[in-house]
Amino acid sequence: MSEQLHYALFTGCTAKQSTPELLSSTLAVADKLGIKITILEEASCCGASHLQDFDEFLAHVLNARNICYAEKLGLTMITICNTCQLNSAMTKHALDKDPELKARVNEKLAEVGLEYKGTSEIKHFLYAIIDEYGLDNVKDKVTNPLSSFNIAPFYGCHNIRPSELHGSSNGNENSYNPTSLDSLIDALEGIPVDYAHKNKCCGFHVELQANHTSEVLAGNAMVDAIDNNADMMVTPCPLCHLKMDTYQDSVGKVVGRDIALPVLHMPQMVALALGCTEAEIGLKFHVQKAKQIFSEAQPA
Amino acid sequence: MSANSAGETRKVTIKAFRFNAETDYLPSYKSYTMEVGKDELILDLMNKIKWEHDGSFSYRRSCRHGICGACAIKVNGKAVLACKQNAIELLDLFDNEITLEPSSKKRAVKDMIIDKGDFWEKHAAVKPYVVADVEPRPEKETKQSIAEFNNFLDSDLCIQCGACHYSCPALEVNDAFLGPAAFAAAYRFTVDTRDTAGKERLQITSESAQGVWDCVKCFECAEACPKEINPIEKITKLHNMQFEQGVAVSNVATRHAEGFLRGMKKHGFLDEADIVVYSEGYLGMYKHLTTAFKMMKAGKIHWQDGVPFIDNMPKIKNLDEVQKLIEISQTNKL
Repeated sequence: MSEQLHYALFTGCTAKQSTPELLSSTLAVADKLGIKITILEEASCCGASHLQDFDEFLAHVLNARNICYAEKLGLTMITICNTCQLNSAMTKHALDKDPELKARVNEKLAEVGLEYKGTSEIKHFLYAIIDEYGLDNVKDKVTNPLSSFNIAPFYGCHNIRPSELHGSSNGNENSYNPTSLDSLIDALEGIPVDYAHKNKCCGFHVELQANHTSEVLAGNAMVDAIDNNADMMVTPCPLCHLKMDTYQDSVGKVVGRDIALPVLHMPQMVALALGCTEAEIGLKFHVQKAKQIFSEAQPA
Repeated sequence: MSANSAGETRKVTIKAFRFNAETDYLPSYKSYTMEVGKDELILDLMNKIKWEHDGSFSYRRSCRHGICGACAIKVNGKAVLACKQNAIELLDLFDNEITLEPSSKKRAVKDMIIDKGDFWEKHAAVKPYVVADVEPRPEKETKQSIAEFNNFLDSDLCIQCGACHYSCPALEVNDAFLGPAAFAAAYRFTVDTRDTAGKERLQITSESAQGVWDCVKCFECAEACPKEINPIEKITKLHNMQFEQGVAVSNVATRHAEGFLRGMKKHGFLDEADIVVYSEGYLGMYKHLTTAFKMMKAGKIHWQDGVPFIDNMPKIKNLDEVQKLIEISQTNKL
């Protein structure tokens, strides 16, 4: 690569709290690939669609503030959570197409000395790796091919829908037949599992208020992956990860099946193939036992 | 697959879901081989099956112009209006392997034809019409500004095809859920300045199980709508209007939305432990104890999390900006 890639990283809340393994594996992967990362330490929560339900204007103001900090650095903002990606992109989209809303938001931001301009792109790390770093370049860095694993890609709603909003930022992925994660698994020499629920909802967002719905949706997806011989699932979204890794016992009871399926974050999978350390990959932070995957992935 | 000399048609074998509720115990899939031209629609393919292969193949069709909503089906799980969807486009997307299925297999009556009773029942439940006391011989016109009209314009384009309704995974699990089409209709009439039943609709759509709080936020409805209405955008607006008009009551769902600000004011981040405790209430926490214990064991959460007076949370830089912006921009209250 002629020029070093440099991104502003919007960590989101989960990577700073319940999924530290997501942050450590992301930074380890960036380091191995020679991608420079500046963490946006000023960035707040994206609202995760729930603050948007309460007060949409306020959510736009706070998301615009986050984007301002990437704009100040003159960098593309990358996300490592599908819901951060969607909510940040929705604010960008709303402000860029509606000058009146942008002016109202900027009036508030001026009070803290900021201005939203609309100059930074917003991209999930998955698509930065695929569309900007390039899968061929990733292939060259693989030290531990994942050839002994059947890996079920779980795309997560907010990276692929609504496709019109994501546009080129997700490589124009088709939400009905997404391919990015599959091709990443291919590049790491893993075996992608084809199953109908790969682009479906995990139920995370109604975990509290509609628990049965949430459990059935997560269960349907995991059972489908298991029935298609998955050894593990991989997802670019820490919220999908939390729903599916943490609740396997209760989900199993609801759908009437024993479920024991490690659910990896996308950067953890890449980190395994690139030979990152056990601490960086952080499989010990999983509720469903996943530590064995690290030793299984080491070359014989 | 083969192309003719001009490369204008493509020979493909398509599969179709076949079922007759009166005679069949289980559905089956049958294959039909045909030439498909570049301008042909999915509706043309269904016509070919019926006219050239099997006259008993059944589907709904009427306007052929994307306005009656009768011909909505699914192709490889993707909701389409058969009279609007180019066939080659889908053949390209799915590597020439396409399967025609009804919008909802479990509601199939015959082949592509489904019983849409649940759709109409839920649509009717939100009073999808202007409720107003109108004089039989009014003295003046009821005027509406262009801005007021534009407020509901896109949601008024709904053709009740059911594409969003039958793509909604929440509705597949939760029979009470009114679904995206009903919510888009509720929004359309609630923001109509001539209407007087807005609060009633907000009440109907705020009830747990049937209302907007059971939406799983998958955006399948936005993706499925052939008229680009974006139902989930209307769902978000209904949520906001419930707070604006004082319809929202304090419960686990509304506290979950409003409670994001608690952590953000203190740390800039959502406080993951606090949001569960605040939404559920201390008594509701018993449901989460097993999970909390497992997460603690894995190091995902810590014993200090959520304990008052122990600050175990990371903080963002320039937190004062977020506090100030919340103070000056917040418009809604619970």
